[in-house]
Amino acid sequence: MQLLYFGWVRIKMGKDRENMDLPDGVANVRDLIEALRDRGAEYEEALNDISMVRVAVNQELTDLDAAVANDDEIALFPPMTGG
Amino acid sequence: MIKVQTEDFDIGVETARLTDGNNSVGGLACFVGLVRDIAGDDSIETMTLEHYPGMTERQLEKIEAEARERWNLLDTLIIHRYGTLAPGDRIVMVAATSEHRQDALESCHFLIDWLKTKAPFWKLEATSHGKHWVEARAEDRISEERWVIGGQNPE
Repeated sequence: MQLLYFGWVRIKMGKDRENMDLPDGVANVRDLIEALRDRGAEYEEALNDISMVRVAVNQELTDLDAAVANDDEIALFPPMTGG
Repeated sequence: MIKVQTEDFDIGVETARLTDGNNSVGGLACFVGLVRDIAGDDSIETMTLEHYPGMTERQLEKIEAEARERWNLLDTLIIHRYGTLAPGDRIVMVAATSEHRQDALESCHFLIDWLKTKAPFWKLEATSHGKHWVEARAEDRISEERWVIGGQNPE
């Protein structure tokens, strides 16, 4: 899957995207975020307050319960501030 | 029409494009958002807008389609800039034309309210005290929700 990061999630991660195989046992976005937080300090720093993280799967805004698959594009970002 | 671009736009040219040659237009409403020079107690030097290419266009098209479903509109326009802007620069323009004023005025208000919370943009302000990300405002969420019909709030 391709992961994309925007806003302060991107800054804290130190990268704007990465490719990754779907980690074992990950079925939804919440599982994915938990799995990412174990990958290193920058992930923990970016994702420790899950209430501040918004998610899009395949460019559709969704929530933590959304299913994820290995061919998905998954974006993690702060609340949007358009306009 | 949706435009996501770095370059500035000309409000006169854009509004003329919506009305010229269409004499069924009875009214045009337009909102333009600009970069302010003050945020709280800080003076703003620049504002950099980041967005999610692809998803941005999809979200703007959805918001535009929602407006055209709810109101009787002849045409709509959303222009949203990204990149680094300075105080006084135009950021966003929404406009709608209709036969009667209420459709244009209300839909314009709706378009900018939903853009605030549903369009994947993030703003980084550079101030005299350093850089910080603009936080989503609770008021914007309230403005978004007042347009929700029957509990339906399509993302």
